Amino acid sequence: MEKPLTKNIDPERGPLDIRGYERAGGYAGFKKALREMSPQKVQEEVTDANLRGRGGAGFGTGMKWSFVPMGDEAPRTKYLIANADEMEPGTFKDRILMEGDPHLLIEGMIISSYAIQARAAYIFLRWAYKRSEELLRKAIAEAYEAGYLGKNILGSGYDLEMYIHVSAGRYMCGEETGLLNALEGKRATPRAKPPFPQTSGLWGKPSIVQNVETLCNVPGIIVNGADWYKKLSKTGDGGTKIYGVSGRVKRPGAWELPMGTTVREILEEHAGGMRDGYKFKGLLPGGASTDFLVEEHLDTPMDFGSIMKVGSRMGTGTMIILDDKTCPVAMLVNLEKFFAQESCGWCTPCRDGLPWTHKMLMAIENGEGRMEDLEQLELHCNFLGPGRTFCALAPGAVEPLQSALKYFRDDFEKHIKDKQCPWRK
Amino acid sequence: MLSEEEKKEIDQELSHSPTRQAVVIEALKIIQRHRRWVSDDSLKDLAEYLEMSLDALDSVATFYSLIFRREVGEHVILICDSVSCWIMGYDTVLDHLKKKLGIDLGETTADGKFTLLTIPCLGVCERAPAMIIDRETYGDLTPERIDEIIDKLK
Repeated sequence: MEKPLTKNIDPERGPLDIRGYERAGGYAGFKKALREMSPQKVQEEVTDANLRGRGGAGFGTGMKWSFVPMGDEAPRTKYLIANADEMEPGTFKDRILMEGDPHLLIEGMIISSYAIQARAAYIFLRWAYKRSEELLRKAIAEAYEAGYLGKNILGSGYDLEMYIHVSAGRYMCGEETGLLNALEGKRATPRAKPPFPQTSGLWGKPSIVQNVETLCNVPGIIVNGADWYKKLSKTGDGGTKIYGVSGRVKRPGAWELPMGTTVREILEEHAGGMRDGYKFKGLLPGGASTDFLVEEHLDTPMDFGSIMKVGSRMGTGTMIILDDKTCPVAMLVNLEKFFAQESCGWCTPCRDGLPWTHKMLMAIENGEGRMEDLEQLELHCNFLGPGRTFCALAPGAVEPLQSALKYFRDDFEKHIKDKQCPWRK
Repeated sequence: MLSEEEKKEIDQELSHSPTRQAVVIEALKIIQRHRRWVSDDSLKDLAEYLEMSLDALDSVATFYSLIFRREVGEHVILICDSVSCWIMGYDTVLDHLKKKLGIDLGETTADGKFTLLTIPCLGVCERAPAMIIDRETYGDLTPERIDEIIDKLK
């Protein structure tokens, strides 16, 4: 099968420099776009390919771009930002792409910037990714030297500058509008929408924020076309996907596979199944902020639509496996502590509700819970749910909780009845 | 007082920044690179340099978890406490580090060498449990491997 995202990745050899990347067919999409295609045509191709955002929400990339004002009346300054903050617990796919083939991201960013006629592009990179930073800085320097960045790129009259911003921590920076505030040198609190970043984003200018993996899909679409891209997938969502698995499996890791590969195939064939002595109990399909899936869901294709139908979200596509020797209540304590800590405090439900949720879960885990606590937790899943907060942090935080209350109800009740954690006997 | 070197690095950032405020996080990181942490005095100097109020600057400095507003040791050990590492043995790693260094989370060893803190998911979940020291990431941690890493830094 074709692996447009990882074909150049060889951990033993290391990443390709610009010459190696071009010899492998790189920057062909960029040249085609700037020489033969109008920005509108690039947008149309990406829309036709049905590329959906790989950061977790799955929003249509072409659709997002279409909201950016274009033409002579549009503001002259616009921005494209690669969201390389990758702080969703259990997620490590963007790191693999940046460390493995940095020029693919740069090429994807240049084409995408051209498509919306951005004047500057930023890579918003998390601090922990030192190797990515070094490789991307080198790749950007090479792209400038080749004339692929800077003024009048390839004689097209199109100018683009590219910068890296290395963040100083906080999960909130990965939230689209929090990220924009962080880039402006402010606290990474979310902004009220509308206005949406596509019309008023960074410093009030039209801006597109796009996940690293999403941008890495763009060069292939431009070189080979939308039909080729759609055929890579087993389902309606186009392309391939970097799926990952962590937890007590034989071979934790990440693999590029056709979009729509089943959960079972990823878990059993690629990750090698559970380690000896451990049984599968459940999984979070795409990071900490997605609903649990259990045994009965293993044959579901991993794509945005199919996972939604069984009550969860594909999210980042990097699964976290819960085994039978790990307490699901304690796992929830860990997850909700993370979300409570990372809440930026901007809106009340999240700021006050998440620590409350964490404390109730701790009480249950420590054998001090009451049956009414379970109702309180369910109530909180509703109070912190979609539509009640500025951003998706709190709604994401309650996804693993509401599904754990459903699938692992017996385990919660046993903690309360026995006044102790059955896993800590 | 900001050093000439610090000012030079901050000016470099200002040269391509649309606003002065936009360089705040980079400037805090620059100070931290030179001084390990950001003291009240450093913050005052930076506020003046960036023509911002001290409170506005501190509201940003205290938001970001990797800007240290309290003194830290020569090496800051950041151990991942997120879900994949937790499943794969975070408790064992933390206990071992605490015993080895003789400090609790949030503390610095008496010789000023090490500070022990937690950090959310480091994005190396396939090599959990993991930690990061001086921006180097270490995965597949065991007590033996931790001893090796720490002993080299001593």
